Amino acid sequence: MSFLEVSDLRVEFPTSDGLVKAVDGVTFTVERGETLAIVGESGSGKTVTNLALMGLLSKRGSRISGSAIMKGDAGNLELIDLADEQMRKIRGKNIAMIFQDPMSSLHPYYTIGDQIIEAHQVHNEVDIEVSTARAIELLEMVGIPDAANRLKAFPHQFSGGMRQRVMIAMALVNSPELLIADEPTTALDVTVQAQILKLLRELQSELKMAIILITHDLGVVAGAADRVNVMYAGKIVESAPVGELYANPLMPYTHGLLASIPRMDRGHGKRLSAIAGQPPSLIALPAGCAFAPRCNFTERVGGGPDRCKSTMPALTEHTPGHFARCHLEGAAL
Amino acid sequence: MNDTPIAEVKNLQKFFPITSNSIFARVKGENKAVNGISFAIKRGETLGLVGESGCGKSTAGRTILKLYEPTSGEIYFNGENISGYSSRKMKPLRTKMQIIFQDPYSSLNPRHSVGEIIGAAFTIHGIDSVASSKRDIKSAVQELMERVGLNPEHYNRYPHEFSGGQRQRIGIARALALRPEFIVCDEPVSALDVSIQAQVINLLDDLKDDFGLSYLFIAHDLSVVQHISDRVAVMYLGKIVEIAPTEEIYQRPHHPYTKALLSAIPIPDPVLESAREQIVLSGDLPSPSNPPTGCVFNTRCWKAQARCFTEEPALHLLDGSEVACHYPE
Repeated sequence: MSFLEVSDLRVEFPTSDGLVKAVDGVTFTVERGETLAIVGESGSGKTVTNLALMGLLSKRGSRISGSAIMKGDAGNLELIDLADEQMRKIRGKNIAMIFQDPMSSLHPYYTIGDQIIEAHQVHNEVDIEVSTARAIELLEMVGIPDAANRLKAFPHQFSGGMRQRVMIAMALVNSPELLIADEPTTALDVTVQAQILKLLRELQSELKMAIILITHDLGVVAGAADRVNVMYAGKIVESAPVGELYANPLMPYTHGLLASIPRMDRGHGKRLSAIAGQPPSLIALPAGCAFAPRCNFTERVGGGPDRCKSTMPALTEHTPGHFARCHLEGAAL
Repeated sequence: MNDTPIAEVKNLQKFFPITSNSIFARVKGENKAVNGISFAIKRGETLGLVGESGCGKSTAGRTILKLYEPTSGEIYFNGENISGYSSRKMKPLRTKMQIIFQDPYSSLNPRHSVGEIIGAAFTIHGIDSVASSKRDIKSAVQELMERVGLNPEHYNRYPHEFSGGQRQRIGIARALALRPEFIVCDEPVSALDVSIQAQVINLLDDLKDDFGLSYLFIAHDLSVVQHISDRVAVMYLGKIVEIAPTEEIYQRPHHPYTKALLSAIPIPDPVLESAREQIVLSGDLPSPSNPPTGCVFNTRCWKAQARCFTEEPALHLLDGSEVACHYPE
């Protein structure tokens, strides 16, 4: 059994305009020491999937179903309907999360020392000195110089990259088994992004964490992930080991996504092949493949475009470990 | 063909005062956002301006359009020195120069319909050659909407009814309304998803040819800049450290900072990505209110020597590039 097994996860938000199906039957696994990237555009459901795993969605505002079993140090846990009380015990201890924007995720009125020490104290019955020492150790680990003195600094006294390091230190203070990193480098400049990604790689091999990396940047994925799930309109449309996905994308959406990135190694001036149209509304999802209205390959499907529009293709395994949700025969792309 | 550059700046500086918080606000110092830059943009050319957050690239773009008053230096538009122009004197020139902003959410007035947003340009400038009455404005606006890929029937809709990519198209239509010659694109695709980003880049490319535009294309994403620009200028801490034709700068970067910046960009291909040689810069950008003496990059440069801390390097020619470094690559 895998470390984390998510099966048929669904998250729906009732709104005055109708039911928004943000996550529409998602199934995947993550192993220890592995980085799984979840890639998709805004509104594809990548963040909501992970908020559901963390128990961070309001039970009143959303309907969550499905299962997510984590086989960790705390035994086998069903994360989806864990009582709030129990979730609080493992959140921050067994599972931790890093968010995109370090400025709004750190409390501006407390020193970073207070915040990291608090995260340790909540889950460990130890003296404050022990937690302080642990906080210093973590800050040193994430590469903040003069850590002991910097404990007394406030978030605004740090640059964006340094704040992101503080967030990582806080997330790792209890040595979590699973780290969910939601766009951890999107708000950062490229040179700082390179520093942070390198740091995450080093920490992972040291701590043997499982990492779920949520991002829209296929460049980041290429360097940081072991396996990739591509999401579109709340569903996983392709899943493969990282090398395989880039070398041999099977789903037209993945193919289009890769082709639409301006690439430094491809010279300039060439026209980008954009994906026409826009993602569908999550309130009125089409009956068939959600990507069909934007897809250039529907003519080549056995049964023609009508089949794509009327029947949702299943996520099928084409080569070992490489799944795609498409009616097209694997080699046809 | 007219050889006069469409836009040119010479030794442009823009400082923002830093004031203390007391009632008797005193100027404590200056944020040297743009600290003496010079470049020229030829007609029909796209100059990419890249750098990390806080390097002064957006301030530079806005100062060229005189949306900020320059602290010192000269700005030429079509050969005309506009540095000292009052806003009244600028108004007729404004039809020739436009800007497209990064955030398509905050740059459109949520209470105005698309028609009003795009049509405002005509009304403000009392343009009658394109549109003499309200009805003509409507048809001119709808023509523009069609040109940028929006449905002209959406004339009466409000910004919130559009997606991010469509909003950016509204911003582009607004900028095009008065048939400008020069557009500053300030991070026009940074807020968009990849598949939509490609649509907008292609649109900007097409419009450039159709309308005979020149762009100053400001972005932090070097792969986007490479795609669209003829020449690229790299900024660091208010200075241009390297400026060169696109092919040249990407293949043979001369300034250590350019080299580090290029090496930090992830390549969307796991095989190339793992083989990529990466220079990870240590430290952060120094404060622009107190830049290092000598070369501005000396605090993070692995090649810095004594001379770099005392003598500021000037831009000089090197194999077709201009580079500001004592020890270029």
